[in-house]
Amino acid sequence: MANTYTLISSVTAGSGGAASMEFTSIPATYTDLVVLLSVRSTNSGTDAQLRININGTGVGTNHSIRLIQGDGSSVASSTSTTGWIVGGMNGGTSTANTFTSLQVYFPNYTGSTNKSYSVDSTMERNFATGTYAELSAVLYSNTSVISSLSFTTPSANLAEYSTAYLYGISNA
Amino acid sequence: MASTYEKIATTTLGSAGTITFSSIPATYTDLRVILNGKNATASDYIVVRFNGDTGTNYSGTNLSGNGTSVSSYTESNGTKGYWGNYALGSSTTILTLWTMDIFSYAGSTYKTVLCSTSNNLGATGEVLRTVGLYRSTNAITTILILNDGSTNFAVGTTATLYGIKAA
Repeated sequence: MANTYTLISSVTAGSGGAASMEFTSIPATYTDLVVLLSVRSTNSGTDAQLRININGTGVGTNHSIRLIQGDGSSVASSTSTTGWIVGGMNGGTSTANTFTSLQVYFPNYTGSTNKSYSVDSTMERNFATGTYAELSAVLYSNTSVISSLSFTTPSANLAEYSTAYLYGISNA
Repeated sequence: MASTYEKIATTTLGSAGTITFSSIPATYTDLRVILNGKNATASDYIVVRFNGDTGTNYSGTNLSGNGTSVSSYTESNGTKGYWGNYALGSSTTILTLWTMDIFSYAGSTYKTVLCSTSNNLGATGEVLRTVGLYRSTNAITTILILNDGSTNFAVGTTATLYGIKAA
């Protein structure tokens, strides 16, 4: 039986980090896409934003997130329609060697409907505060086929050893 | 390399209805269902039954957030698993992503599931995670996915059942 969970491409940030981690020319031959990220920023803070760019254009106000976040003592839900953030991650001054893990799942990425996707992330760094688990439902109100994905962090790089793996899942 | 994640069956509804996977082989370690769709007429709960069992053998606990507030709910001794929240009504072009992982589905212990609902309508919506328990020692051979209020999934709703092998 054919394998239905296939690695399409992977990216690892080299020395000095990478300004972005990109997947281009994503084939339209799968049903769903999964991106598994292990990332950290080189910024000067303990936290950083992880941003997404779909099909080479800023997602802008067509992109909204609805999430649950638990930090070990409380849980909250919030929503954002301000742009392209897909989650938080460890900043450059966070505990050394800690990376944030995220799973991004895009169902029916070649379909003609708006793109709904999910993001599950954990940022655990042995801090008394500021660590959390986050579950997000994301809506990208665009009916185009997803053919490229790019992940960035503002005014910094994705740190060395950050990785991103893109898998295609087929139900054919 | 051996294939460890395989499609068992897939269904795309040609008319409004429910989704059934039957004759599921016992040759995998875990099962995963990916559903991408919406409701035919109105928002409704996504519920699950295994092996045609209508006994009070289902329970679950969930955590949900709607962008403003969070809540948690638990249900015991249900006749079906309330393991997913609203699929969307037919007036929207936005689809719900619902996933269900069933662990050791062919084993002789009770069955645990982990479900995820991602339902963002832009102005409204919800994030939901549910842990469920099916109190049966029988292997799961049939999965029925339906809406609690018998409202049916809409045409075009797609569900795929994957088998995951540990060996």
